[in-house]
Amino acid sequence: MHILKLIFRNALRHKLRTALTILGITIAILAFGILRTLVNAWYSGVEASSSTRLIARNSISLVFSLPLSYREKIRQIPGVKGVSYAIWFNGAYISEKNFIPNFAVEPKTFLELYPEYLLPEDQKTAFIRDRKSAIAGRKVAERFQWKVGDSITLKGTIFPGTWEFVLRGIYYGAEKTADETQLFFHWNYLNERLKKTTPRRSDQTGVYIIGIDNPDQAAEISEAIDKTFKNSLAETITETEKAFQMSFVSMTQAIVTVIQLVSFLVIIIIMAVVANTMAMTARERIGEYAIMKTLGFGGWYIAALILGESLVLTITGCVLGIILTFPTAEHFGKTMGNFFPVFNVSVITIVLDAAASFLVGLLAAVFPTWRAVKIHIADGLRRIG
Amino acid sequence: MKIPLSYSFRNLLTRRLTTTLTTSGMALVVFVFATILMLAEGLRKTLVDTGSYDNVIIIRRASTTEVQSGIDRYQASVAETQPEIAIGHNGRKLAAKEMVVIINLPKRGSEKPSNVTIRGIGEQSLLLRPQIELIEGRMPKPGSSEVIAGENITRRFRGCGIGEKLHFGMRDWTVVGIFRAGSTGFNSEIWGDVDQFMQAFRRPVYSSITFRLRDYSDFEKVKERIEGDPRLTLEAKREIQYYADQSEMMTKFLRILGMSLTIIFSIGAMIGATITMYAAVANRTSEIGTLRALGFQRRNILFAFLAESMLMSFIGGFAGLFFASFMQLLTISTVNWQTFSELAFSFTLTGEIVCQSLIFSVIMGFLGGVFPAFRASRMNIIDALSAR
Repeated sequence: MHILKLIFRNALRHKLRTALTILGITIAILAFGILRTLVNAWYSGVEASSSTRLIARNSISLVFSLPLSYREKIRQIPGVKGVSYAIWFNGAYISEKNFIPNFAVEPKTFLELYPEYLLPEDQKTAFIRDRKSAIAGRKVAERFQWKVGDSITLKGTIFPGTWEFVLRGIYYGAEKTADETQLFFHWNYLNERLKKTTPRRSDQTGVYIIGIDNPDQAAEISEAIDKTFKNSLAETITETEKAFQMSFVSMTQAIVTVIQLVSFLVIIIIMAVVANTMAMTARERIGEYAIMKTLGFGGWYIAALILGESLVLTITGCVLGIILTFPTAEHFGKTMGNFFPVFNVSVITIVLDAAASFLVGLLAAVFPTWRAVKIHIADGLRRIG
Repeated sequence: MKIPLSYSFRNLLTRRLTTTLTTSGMALVVFVFATILMLAEGLRKTLVDTGSYDNVIIIRRASTTEVQSGIDRYQASVAETQPEIAIGHNGRKLAAKEMVVIINLPKRGSEKPSNVTIRGIGEQSLLLRPQIELIEGRMPKPGSSEVIAGENITRRFRGCGIGEKLHFGMRDWTVVGIFRAGSTGFNSEIWGDVDQFMQAFRRPVYSSITFRLRDYSDFEKVKERIEGDPRLTLEAKREIQYYADQSEMMTKFLRILGMSLTIIFSIGAMIGATITMYAAVANRTSEIGTLRALGFQRRNILFAFLAESMLMSFIGGFAGLFFASFMQLLTISTVNWQTFSELAFSFTLTGEIVCQSLIFSVIMGFLGGVFPAFRASRMNIIDALSAR
């Protein structure tokens, strides 16, 4: 017990220095936590994907569409449970700065395939019945203060013109990972108008979403679908929803890597700060260590003192940092909601926080410990300052 | 003045471990600061260089990028007749009707697919973009399934080397040449005959029309005429503006990220400097007393400690910048969300960034050292001398 008391007393000897060091660690752990959460947010689409959904798209790239006639052919393939389709509409709400992901979908089958988007039953029926209607996620509805029954106008970027919708429902996610920032409306509404304006682009869809019974069959079914449309004008690439979402992440991999690197840099910087504090502390107390050695305390006892003090500093800072991470992440998620629909602190992040601070505490104490353990009693006593 | 300064400097040398640790903390912060500025500058330079001031680009109204745009042949032929369009040395109008689409290609090595921009070019496209030079092979023959690839694409994507074949639109396309386009976005594109691409992709519309102005001040006139014409649903932009708009989101993202990181990191480094300087002051109490007793003023002491802290951070800043300058050898490639296609750019170090980083490091040193220096300067001579 004595040693613990000594460690705490030692840590409090230079109150300002201790406070500054702990503040530094708190900020570093906070930054580390937010950066890790940022990286996780990048992968939120991958996290939210289901293993029982496949996505088929045009093999050239997502910019190219697929004919609607494929729907029936895909449905006939054994193992396929349900088929829905969606087009990336990319309409702008008031101005392009208010980015909302919006899709034209076939409502009934779409909601069947995405059970994680929860809607009250009456809103669901109203949405399916009304061709001019749309549903929006909870977060986006909060952001623009939309209520059910409001009319929303989007300016088309890919499909020219202004498009009016009536908001018939607000969905919320069954799980925390679900994206609550999107807007969905009827594919038919889009198609009817395209038939009049640009018939060339009508009866087309962006992607097919395919529900399957058994995730183990995903590979065979994908292959069967792609084979069906081989050597046609619109060949397909079918992959699991996870792989599809992953392809978006890997396109911006460079940025993710940079953020990851930086999150480690912040730990290294704080290591330099803590190591500096410990080096100075040990240096000032060399004389005391020599006295303790004279009194018969072993080198390892002194090592434990230094290491203990270092860990007290880092762990205190770490706890404070973790506590602050949650409100910061919430605030950050709100302001950056435009870029990141899902911004949750994960358990792994907290574990990594703790591990990082432990490691910093350990490494920062290595050099001073070594110096204190090695010093000869006579040298230590002779030394001043 | 000389004695307190050399005293400070020698002190840094004496406490090597502490100095090294504090300085390397500072160096890392400046490294991050400079790197992010370099990244933003590289992106800006790439996109600004891509456009020319006297070129005008026409896309469909409300479509923000060429990929989203579509211009049918009738509208294109009307838009092409503007009298302000410059005439080339071959006696024809310097205007090109182009088609831009995105295709998925696997990267060399990782085999992960990414989005590559394919541009169908007209006869005048090259004349409109003097930055472009063919570095290997030849131009594609009009009417054939031949393409040329930008330097960045050749290196990074499978099937884009000279003589290799690409498969899209139910055809094989042979890469017959490689072009370099300075540090512009064109380096990340593949070019071929626009009519062939329209056939292959079954897309009977152009994406954009680019033309050179006879006189660059004519822009407002042309813009008004094109956008006011009831037959056309098009909008005109200066090419420079068009490319700047495309990087808006990415630039904003980099700026927010860079700013937050720099603020957080610099707080860490300043705390490090403050701790070091407080310790330096505490350890040297009697020395400060001696200096004061010798007749040095309070402000001399203040100045000496501030100089020590600023010198430390300046060395750190210099080291950070030194390592950051090596980042120029790297090229970053990522998909720009707004255009949904691959864009490569490199870290660019400018004189401005060098100055900013060094000033930033000195400010960090100043802020970290100012409180300890005040404490040192306010010490009472008697107390300081009697301290052990």
